[in-house]
Amino acid sequence: MYKYIINRILLMIPTLLGAAVLVFFVLRLVPGDVCEIRLAGTGLFADPEAIKICQDDLGLNDPTYVQFGRFISGYFTFDLGKSMWTGRAVSEEIGLRFQLSLQIAIMATIISVIIAVPLGTISAVKQDTWIDYAVRTFSIAGIAMPSFWLGMLMILGMLIYTGWMPPLDYVSPFEDPIGNMTQLIWPALATGYRYSAVITRMTRSSLLEVLREDYVRTARAKGLLEKVIVNQHALKNALLPVVTIVGIEFAFLIGGLVVTEQVFNLNGLGKLFVDSVLNLDFNMTQQLVMLVALIFVLANLVVDVLYAWLDPRIRYA
Amino acid sequence: MTVTTENLGSPDIEALPERDSLIVRCWNLVRRQPLGAAGLLFIAIMTVMAFGAEVLTSINPEEQMFEHMLEAPSWEFLLGTDNFGRDIWTRIIYGARTAMLVGFFAAFFGSVIGLMLGVGSAYFGGKIDLIFQRVMDIFLAFPSIIMALAVVSVLGTGLQNVIIAIMLPMIPQCARVVRSSALSIREIPYVDAARALGYSHGRIILRHMSPNVMAPFLIMFTSFVGQAILAEASLSYLGLGVQEPIPAWGLMLQGGAEEYAESAPWAAVFPGLAITFAVFAFNLFGDAVRDVLDPKLRSR
Repeated sequence: MYKYIINRILLMIPTLLGAAVLVFFVLRLVPGDVCEIRLAGTGLFADPEAIKICQDDLGLNDPTYVQFGRFISGYFTFDLGKSMWTGRAVSEEIGLRFQLSLQIAIMATIISVIIAVPLGTISAVKQDTWIDYAVRTFSIAGIAMPSFWLGMLMILGMLIYTGWMPPLDYVSPFEDPIGNMTQLIWPALATGYRYSAVITRMTRSSLLEVLREDYVRTARAKGLLEKVIVNQHALKNALLPVVTIVGIEFAFLIGGLVVTEQVFNLNGLGKLFVDSVLNLDFNMTQQLVMLVALIFVLANLVVDVLYAWLDPRIRYA
Repeated sequence: MTVTTENLGSPDIEALPERDSLIVRCWNLVRRQPLGAAGLLFIAIMTVMAFGAEVLTSINPEEQMFEHMLEAPSWEFLLGTDNFGRDIWTRIIYGARTAMLVGFFAAFFGSVIGLMLGVGSAYFGGKIDLIFQRVMDIFLAFPSIIMALAVVSVLGTGLQNVIIAIMLPMIPQCARVVRSSALSIREIPYVDAARALGYSHGRIILRHMSPNVMAPFLIMFTSFVGQAILAEASLSYLGLGVQEPIPAWGLMLQGGAEEYAESAPWAAVFPGLAITFAVFAFNLFGDAVRDVLDPKLRSR
């Protein structure tokens, strides 16, 4: 088992390195750079000398291999460089917002599991009845509805019917848990509903498969209550693939926050990412992309290990 | 056995059952796949909207009627007007054209390139397959919206670049699924037979192996169209997709629609409904396609 985990961690390195190479060189294809945007703004004339000084200052005129070396060696010295836009350390900028985005992601995951598992179970047990169709329609609607629009509707609904709007200023959950909740529950709901759709479908199809297994038939033959069969016998096995999907979705959720944070005007990683793309802040963009890739790879690893731990039948050689 | 071989020479056309009329076949589809048929119906409506935009509305989608700013829905403006005095109904109809254009082109190129790469990887096998897999792993390590945003930052915004940005993340997704099906096809002796006949690699991949992975390919394709429409809406909403004044649903939700949402909710509600219905329709249809093509998953 430990050997397997170590092996998997080692396998992450080439993937992440490849991702780093990809991101770095793709971003270097961008015409223009942060200096032009910063100094010339929207179409204004800027002194080419000033742009040159700014580029020298940020190291944008160094040969590409020097810039790449700096980017990679930063990971060994724990120096992620500076934001080319604000001039502050990337680690500082990310650190400021990481807590917010992570909290929404965790809350959204919890919400989606709370919605999805019971719905998926009911849908499977009542297969091909109107309940099943209603649940399936509800979950496909969740995939179809853009989460930013759902967020807009939530804010709009609250404004029109209660005249109240979630607060815009972020407060830490450790200082004011209630104030924090009233602000963040809405984006978490908007993203959580979307991700619950995927989990509902997975729960349903996985449970349907398990319900056709021999041991379930045996349990029925023993005369066990259907409730006991589903809750205690079938669900345990059916939820295994659900664990996988929850883990993988978690990484995608961080990506999905890019749009949701915009609607709720939250200053999280997603907003930072969009801003850095708009400002051609290469340093920030590449570090954020790498962060998401790292979360994705780690989530996959955790899922695989968790899977083996939950299901004693699976043993990795 | 002997009977069938005798009949092979002269197929008995008379004995073939008569083909059902179109109406009967449509009715069968509705009965067997009610949700899929509903999806198909909406896709048909959207196609009509996209192609017949000029016929369905006489208003220019880019025309700004400043005397009619933020007007509520009325007979003159079915779904109201936005903060520039542009008719929302008209812009939704023209927006269908943008959405379908992005949806189909992105999904088509994404899945076709993915198909070729996936089948090719399975066909050549060995080292090529291994390297290809690792490269795909790298691409799959980014959520598609993140990758699309990075691509947009390189290529810039605009319709064509948005299509490329949305298409790129789809390639590895499709390639991976197709590859796993193609691996089993590769083991069937007819592939060896084709090689023994001296056919080129390209011909075997395209003419012999690809048609046999059509089921997963079509499933991926239909689900990609919906995803692409949603991705385009998200990018446009962020201001990194289709640019004004081109009518696009995501764009309609941005800016004024948000600012004036309280006094003019129609500007924020209807474009979102259009996105939801469009993606919903393609998802329903995609599910039906999967049920029909993949008997293992039928009625689950």
